[in-house]
Amino acid sequence: MGKTFSTPKSLSDNMTHYCPGCTHGIVHRLIAEAIDELGIAGRTVGIAPVGCAVLAYNYFNFDFQEAAHGRAPAMATGIKRVRPDLIVFTYQGDGDLASIGMGEIIHAANRGEKFTTIFINNAIYGMTGGQMAPTTMPGQRATTAPTGRDTDQTGMPIRMANLLGELVTPGYVTRQAVLKPGQVNKAKKAIKKAFEYQVEGKCFSFVEVVSTCPTNWGLTPLDSLKWAQDTLLPYYELGDYKVPE
Amino acid sequence: MQTEIKFAGFGGQGILLSAKLLAYAAMKQDFFVAWVPSYGPEMRGGTAYCTVVISDKRIGSPIIKNPSHLVAMNRPSLEKFANDVKPGGVIFINSSLISTRSERDDITELIVPANDIAIKSGSVRAANIVALSAFAAKAKLVDLELLKNCVKEEFAAKAKIIPLNMKAFDEGVNIANNS
Amino acid sequence: MAKVLMKGNEAIGEAAIRAGCKNYFAYPITPQSEVAEYLVKRMPEVDGVFLQGESEVAVGYMIFGAAGCGERVFTTSSSPGISLMGEAISYIAAAQVPAVFVNIVRGGPGLGGILPSQGDYFQATKGGGHGDYRLLVLAPDGVQEAVEMTMKAFTLAEKYRGPVMILGDGLIGQMMEPVEFPDDLRTEPSNKDDWASSGMDTRKSDKRNLVKSLFLDPKELNDNNLALKAKYIQMKKEEVLYEGYNTDVDYKILITSYGTMSRVCKTAIDMMKEEGIEVGLLRPKTLFPFPEEAVFNAATKESCKSVISIEMSMGQMVEDVERCVKGQREINFYGECGGDIPTPEKIIEIIKELL
Repeated sequence: MGKTFSTPKSLSDNMTHYCPGCTHGIVHRLIAEAIDELGIAGRTVGIAPVGCAVLAYNYFNFDFQEAAHGRAPAMATGIKRVRPDLIVFTYQGDGDLASIGMGEIIHAANRGEKFTTIFINNAIYGMTGGQMAPTTMPGQRATTAPTGRDTDQTGMPIRMANLLGELVTPGYVTRQAVLKPGQVNKAKKAIKKAFEYQVEGKCFSFVEVVSTCPTNWGLTPLDSLKWAQDTLLPYYELGDYKVPE
Repeated sequence: MQTEIKFAGFGGQGILLSAKLLAYAAMKQDFFVAWVPSYGPEMRGGTAYCTVVISDKRIGSPIIKNPSHLVAMNRPSLEKFANDVKPGGVIFINSSLISTRSERDDITELIVPANDIAIKSGSVRAANIVALSAFAAKAKLVDLELLKNCVKEEFAAKAKIIPLNMKAFDEGVNIANNS
Repeated sequence: MAKVLMKGNEAIGEAAIRAGCKNYFAYPITPQSEVAEYLVKRMPEVDGVFLQGESEVAVGYMIFGAAGCGERVFTTSSSPGISLMGEAISYIAAAQVPAVFVNIVRGGPGLGGILPSQGDYFQATKGGGHGDYRLLVLAPDGVQEAVEMTMKAFTLAEKYRGPVMILGDGLIGQMMEPVEFPDDLRTEPSNKDDWASSGMDTRKSDKRNLVKSLFLDPKELNDNNLALKAKYIQMKKEEVLYEGYNTDVDYKILITSYGTMSRVCKTAIDMMKEEGIEVGLLRPKTLFPFPEEAVFNAATKESCKSVISIEMSMGQMVEDVERCVKGQREINFYGECGGDIPTPEKIIEIIKELL
C-alpha cells in the first residue's frame, strides 16, 4: 500500500506555538498543500502579520517577510508590483486586517493587486490576550468588553468578505470555515483556487476562514468548534462573495 | 555680477513660463541661473510670481527681497512689488491691464500694451511672450536671437502656435526698441 | 552631458532613474507632488513601476516589501507624510533592507505650512520612528546637489542595507536650476541573494530568506541592534561630508548651517567680506553621520571667538554643534521657521550683534 498521508514539503517540521485546539495549524497545512500541488514554493513569498501568526514563517519552507500590524497588503503590493512573477500571499487575523489594516486591505483589493490574502477570522485578538476585535460578536466577552460587546458603543461586527465582495473591481472573495472535516475540504479547494487565480495573473484573491480561539474564548477546543458553528456561522455566512468571470 | 528679475501677474498669464524661458536662455549663455516660484494655494487663480536670478558666479541666496527688475502683468503686481525694485532697474508695465504707473523716478518704466499686441499677433495667450521679449530687449540681459530660439523650442510640440508666438516676440522687441 | 534646466522635484525623480532605480511608490503632498507627476510619465519609458498608494503609511510598506524582495526602490514625501512613514522606516532599518526616502521639508509641527523649513532635522537624524536606529541623512543645498545625493543614496543604501534619507526643503523642490546627471553615480548591481526574499528559484537556492524585525529572544534582539550600531560606526568613519566656506582666512565667527539656509549664509559672508568682516561657514552635507571633527576644528580655530548655528528651525542642529564644540566656544543660534527664509541682510545684522 502506498503512502496516503504525509507532511506537505512546504510545511516545516517545527513544533508550532499555537494553543491546543487552535485552527491556525489546519489553515497553514492547507496553504502548504496548495502551494506544493501547484509547484510554486520556489517563487512564493509569504507575508506574516502581527498577531498569533507573527511567527508563521517558522512553519513554512519558503521565503517570508514580516509586516507591521495591518500593513501586509501594502507590502504584498510592493513585492507584486516590482516582481510580478513571484507568488505572494498575506496571512492576517481579524485585528490585523479588519481593524488597523482596514485601509490597506480595501485599497489593495480595489486596485486588484494580484496577490492572495488568507484572512483568519476568530472574532477576537489572540496574541495580545483576548481584546475585542471588529469581528467580535454582539454580547461576546472580551478583555476590553468584559460584559460583552455593546453594539451601541462599538457597532456591529464587520463582515469582511461581504465588504470586499461589494467592490466593483473583479476579484475572488470567499468565506470558508475549518470547524468540520467537510468545511476543511472546501476551504482547501478555495485556498487552492485563490492561488490558481494568482498564478494565472487574474485578480486579487481573498479567502476568509472562520476559525476558533479556545484560549481567549475560555472554551474547550470541542466547545469552541460548537460555539463557532452556532454563533459565528449564522452571521458569517459561508460561500463565494465574488468570483471572477 | 548678479541680476534678479521678478515676474508677476495673475495665475494663468504664463508668468512662470516667461521666467523659465529667460532663465533657460541665460543658462545657454553659461550663466548660473535659478528660477524660484511662489507656490501653493496662491497659484490657484490668485497672484503668481516668480524670480529669476542670473549670475556670473555660483548663486548664494536664491531668495530675493529687492530684485533688479520687475515685469508686472497686472495691477496688483505693480502695486505690490514696484517699490521693491532696486534703483536703476527696469519696470515693465502691461498697460493693457494696468492704468497706473510705478511713481518712481529712479527706474526705467517700459510701458507695453502686451495683451493688445498679443491679440493682434493671433492670441491673447501670447501676452507673456510679448512681455518677455520687450523686457529682454530693454534690459539687455540675454541674446535676443537665442531667447527667441528658446521660445520656439518651448512650443516645439505645438507647431501650430509657433508662428504667432514668433510674431508676438518680434512685436515685443520692436516696441521696446522704439520706446 | 549638456546641462538642463529642471525643477528640483523633477530632477530628483530623474536622478533616481539615472541611478538605476525603476520603482517608485508615493502619495501626493505639497511641496513635492511634482516628483510623482514627473515619474508617472517617465517610469513607463524605462519599464519602471509607478504606483500612487492610498496613504503614506501604506507607501512606507510598499517600499519595505519591494526592498525586501531585493529591488531598488524609493519614495518622496514631505514632513507630515514622512511622519506617517516613520513606522515603516523603523521596520526597514530593523529588517536591514536598502531603501531611499526623500523628504522635501515643509513647515511644522502639525499641518504647519507648505513653505520651506528645516524643522525635521531631529526627526531625520535622531529618530522619527521607534527604536534604536539611525538614518543616513544627506542634505543638499540646491538642485544639482539634490541630484547627486539622490543618485549616491542608492549606493549608500545598498552598502549599508538600510534606509537613506535626502533632507531637502520646499525651495529645493520647487526651484529650477541647471543640472547634470553624472554617469559615474549610477548604482552598481549588488548581490542580494544572502538576504532578499526574492523567491528561492530566483537565487537557485533551497535555503529560504526571511525579512523580519521581530526578535523575541533578548540576545537575538541585542545582536541585531549591535549589527545596526556597527553600521552607524562605519558610517561615521567613511561617509562624513561637509563643506568649508571662507574657512581658510582668520574668521572671528563661524556659522554652521546646511541646505538652503547655508546658501543665504554664503551670500551674507560675501557681503560682509566686502566690508572687511571675515566670517567662516561650516556646512554639513551629511547630517548623520555628523561632521563632528570638522565642526570642532573649525570652531576652535584660534581666530574664532564664537559660533552661530543658523537654521530654518527653532534650534535643532545647534544641539549637535554644541555637542561637538564641547564647551570650547560660545554657541549662538538664529532661526526662523514660518516659511520665510531669512535674508542675507538679516543674517548680517545678527552677525554684527555678535561682533
